[in-house]
Amino acid sequence: MKLNSRLGAKLLAGTAAISLALTGCGSSETASTGDSTASGDAGSANLSVTFLPKNLGNPYFDASSTGGKAAIEALGGTFNEVGPATATADAQVSYINTLTQQQVGAIVVSANDPAAICDALNEARDAGIKVVTFDSDTNAECRDLFVSQADAAGIAKAQVDMIAEQIGDEGQIAILSASANATNQNAWIEDMKSQLEADHPNIELVEVAYGDDDDQTSFDKTAALLQTYPDLKGIVSPTTVGIAAAARYVSTSSFKGKVAVTGLGTPNQMREYVKDGTVTEFALWNPQDLGTLSAYAAAALIKGDISGAEGDSFEAGDLGSFTVGADQTVLLGDPYRFNADNIDDFDF
Amino acid sequence: MSETTAPRTYKDFAQPIVRRLLLTRESAIIALLIVVLIGASLIVPSFASAATATYLMLDVATILLISLVMAPIMITGDIDLSVGSMVGLSSVVFGVAFQAGLPVPVGIVFALVVGAVGGLFNGWLITHIDLPALAVTIGTMALFRGIAVGLLGTTAVTGFPQEWTKLARAKIGDSPIPVIMILFVVLLIGAVWMLHFSKFGRGIFAIGLSKEAAAFSGVDVARTRLILFVLSGTIAALAGVYFTLRYGSARGDNATGLELQVIAAVVLGGVSVFGGRGALHGVIAGVFLIGALSSALRLANVTSDVINIITGVLLVASVIASSVLDWFKRQRARRALRSATQQPVTAG
Repeated sequence: MKLNSRLGAKLLAGTAAISLALTGCGSSETASTGDSTASGDAGSANLSVTFLPKNLGNPYFDASSTGGKAAIEALGGTFNEVGPATATADAQVSYINTLTQQQVGAIVVSANDPAAICDALNEARDAGIKVVTFDSDTNAECRDLFVSQADAAGIAKAQVDMIAEQIGDEGQIAILSASANATNQNAWIEDMKSQLEADHPNIELVEVAYGDDDDQTSFDKTAALLQTYPDLKGIVSPTTVGIAAAARYVSTSSFKGKVAVTGLGTPNQMREYVKDGTVTEFALWNPQDLGTLSAYAAAALIKGDISGAEGDSFEAGDLGSFTVGADQTVLLGDPYRFNADNIDDFDF
Repeated sequence: MSETTAPRTYKDFAQPIVRRLLLTRESAIIALLIVVLIGASLIVPSFASAATATYLMLDVATILLISLVMAPIMITGDIDLSVGSMVGLSSVVFGVAFQAGLPVPVGIVFALVVGAVGGLFNGWLITHIDLPALAVTIGTMALFRGIAVGLLGTTAVTGFPQEWTKLARAKIGDSPIPVIMILFVVLLIGAVWMLHFSKFGRGIFAIGLSKEAAAFSGVDVARTRLILFVLSGTIAALAGVYFTLRYGSARGDNATGLELQVIAAVVLGGVSVFGGRGALHGVIAGVFLIGALSSALRLANVTSDVINIITGVLLVASVIASSVLDWFKRQRARRALRSATQQPVTAG
């Protein structure tokens, strides 16, 4: 009996603690709603910008965050970077919800799925947060602005031009892509196919292989492609993981110098293969510039300088002036080609 | 009590119910959950809010649903590693059905049937071919995921009717509680009855302690295990439908790695990895503990790697703590048994 009443008291204390926590809820809830009305309309001073890449620990996104951080700090704002350890859409949704509660000024996100994070982003926008997508877009109605690294046509053209130049405009080629459902890769590949058909009738695209952006898988797929197609003249890999793995395989095989490897890569990953002659030329935008431009775009939205409508223009520091195009998209520019002459000027 | 008139039943040896409730692994986890909730409310800005509660419940809903069956399965000493892949597969089946123009409820039925059949396949291999659950479900984990990715390939199905996607995120009236929790509570009542109040449930615990002893005392071991795997596949499919509607995107790689989150929560909630012990209130507390902890850490701007480390350490610590506790309990039971055999009970 005595024991029971003591335990009863404990239970009571526990219940009290829970209701205390719940009351805590109510009060800070009203506080945060107060905040959101203050920063709801155009022209806020809440220059806290958070980058949400596809995943953390990815050198490409490290570079874009470096650019974003420098830009936001130059503007006197607060920069932050958060993100999931693995690139999944549901994990990104949790982070978007967190940022909505924290009432940041803007979220700059590279989407793991164009649809899955939409509702969470729109909830954030309803709370007065500006949303900029970069690198990989969401559906257009879920964000204020998309900062595109280069348009699909430009990226596809650069890669088609490079492979045509490197194999003498005729012969078999293959594409080594990332995962089969990577939105941007698939758009580029479709564009490359139609450009090849229209302008390079003597080039035959024999296969699109998928390396899942995994180094070992891409390496194995390269080996398989070269075995399946003995007359293969070139491999185009529109992903940084794929091109590096393909170059690594070719550099140590008898195909070195005979099979061209090109596509989209980073200078640091490709330097060795450009120097040893495996790779002549490859392309990419500068991810640091992409981060910088995204950060300036986010700041311009927060300050109310632009609304994200077509024709709006804003300054992006050293990068110059940019104008919002169709579909609320800002274009960084044409891809940049890296070769033996310029590769040592870059470090990312 | 009545030693002279009637033989003692097992109930007479049990501890008082209040003491049983308070001195268990489950109550330790519930206490830890309360500590984390109160601590985070005090320390982490904007944790104590209705929005946190809503997001937390939406985030853990999938894990909660699946854990209702994972717990009984682990109590029998089995495991189901294929649940994450089944979420992906049912998501794809649901998406493909919707894409083919079938109404959403029909798609849900299709998904559930696929879940039940997948679970039946697991259960059949385990009970009739007599293969270990671990090996079978590692295999079907790859199999279900492979079919899922194969079926939908490069694409994701989106554009589900708004009334359904909204329902998946809707709240009950003005409360912060999502509608999905109604479904969870209904299934929870069923699961509690099945596990803790039915003959079937006593069989589950008996199997976990010793399959042979259970069989000799009249438990249909194979049938019990088979039913649990069918239930597991079905509830994973239900979770897959919810996942798809919540994120508005059906794709083959949905919920990758979810099985480990479910198992982690179930083990944290006091289910013995060797089978034979566990209770659903502990499991639910375990799910919410991991969810609340990562929610609080995200709001405190702790990076995802550190969040993973902290939850990992918590898990390992809880397993070690329970082993130590079990050892002490066994020692005490052995002493009690020794003294009991020295003073035999007068029966009859």
